[in-house]
Amino acid sequence: MQSAIEVASIWILPLVIASILIAGAFKRVPLYNTFVDGAKGGFGTSIRLIPHIVAMMVAVSVFRASGAMDILVGWLHPVAIWLHIPSQVVPMALLRPISNAGSLALLTDLFRQPHTGPDSFVGLLASTMQASSDTTLYILTVYFGSVGIERFRYALAVGLLSDFASVVGSVVAVWLLHPGLFS
Amino acid sequence: MIDFIWLLLFLGGIATAMLTGHMAQVSEAILNGAKNGVDLALALIAVMALWMGLMQVAQNAGLVQWLSKLLRPVGKWLYPSVPADSKAMGAILANMSANLLGIGNAATPLGLAAMKELQTLNPNKRRASDAMCTLLAVNTASITVIPTTVIAVRLQYGSHHPTDVVGTTIVATLLATGVAVILDRVFRRWSRRRERV
Repeated sequence: MQSAIEVASIWILPLVIASILIAGAFKRVPLYNTFVDGAKGGFGTSIRLIPHIVAMMVAVSVFRASGAMDILVGWLHPVAIWLHIPSQVVPMALLRPISNAGSLALLTDLFRQPHTGPDSFVGLLASTMQASSDTTLYILTVYFGSVGIERFRYALAVGLLSDFASVVGSVVAVWLLHPGLFS
Repeated sequence: MIDFIWLLLFLGGIATAMLTGHMAQVSEAILNGAKNGVDLALALIAVMALWMGLMQVAQNAGLVQWLSKLLRPVGKWLYPSVPADSKAMGAILANMSANLLGIGNAATPLGLAAMKELQTLNPNKRRASDAMCTLLAVNTASITVIPTTVIAVRLQYGSHHPTDVVGTTIVATLLATGVAVILDRVFRRWSRRRERV
């Protein structure tokens, strides 16, 4: 199970690309031009992200450089121990449902620290947390707002509880697939 | 909410710097933070362009429709209140397929189309229907196969195994989506019981 998913991690990207190209060729899609057309969209999306990322990166950098981040992480330590997660990722877990650019800024902030690089336990856990959840509050506002729903009923509770489940799920996933990183 | 958090990060940081004497580092962090933000966004272009190009091919090849057909039984089980052949179910399945393929920018418009169709089936236009709550539960915890942005960020910060996050993300999102679906069912039952009383 563990090695099968490890292999999947390495194989899945080339395999997905190959199957997309085969499906496209089969349906006689003009592959090259379609690709280039779509890729233009990627450029625009990244450029539109710049103001959001700059805003959040500056704020997070100030918070880190002043020492406030370490103080906050220290405060959160008892909660983190109780939940069996490293305290460094707690600020990210709190910000993830609220702001995508914000949690992305916290993720890169972790990557820049000496002991929590991308391949460390904390780094991989934080990567998984960022990838495995969406900005719940944004989705709720946009989806319900688009059709004028005012009473969300239990949707917010379910959304936030499943965000919490994805934090726990991330710890379980890293523990299952990369037990060597646990020390 | 986001205003408050942004202000808190700045003022909390600057106030702490007054006490800890790290004001020089904070000044430096302001300028470096902005530069790092732009660097990161530019680094994202590479993977985003690659992925969105591939996804355009996938979309034109009809992969969303193909996956929608495969997911039909799942849709019936998840949305018992939505007629199987309705436009609403079609939009729900397309949204689910786009999420699964990781076409985020296509998933949102399809999701909004699904909301619009669900609203036509909704007896109370201001109150979320059961199916709407399920749609949101599935979307907020959506199963991800290839987390492109995070892979790009890992690459940018010198990861030796940038795709390690693929396997862990599949496992974590499967768990989270399972929990979201179960919670949705449980809460639905509770809210019905409460409304009957």
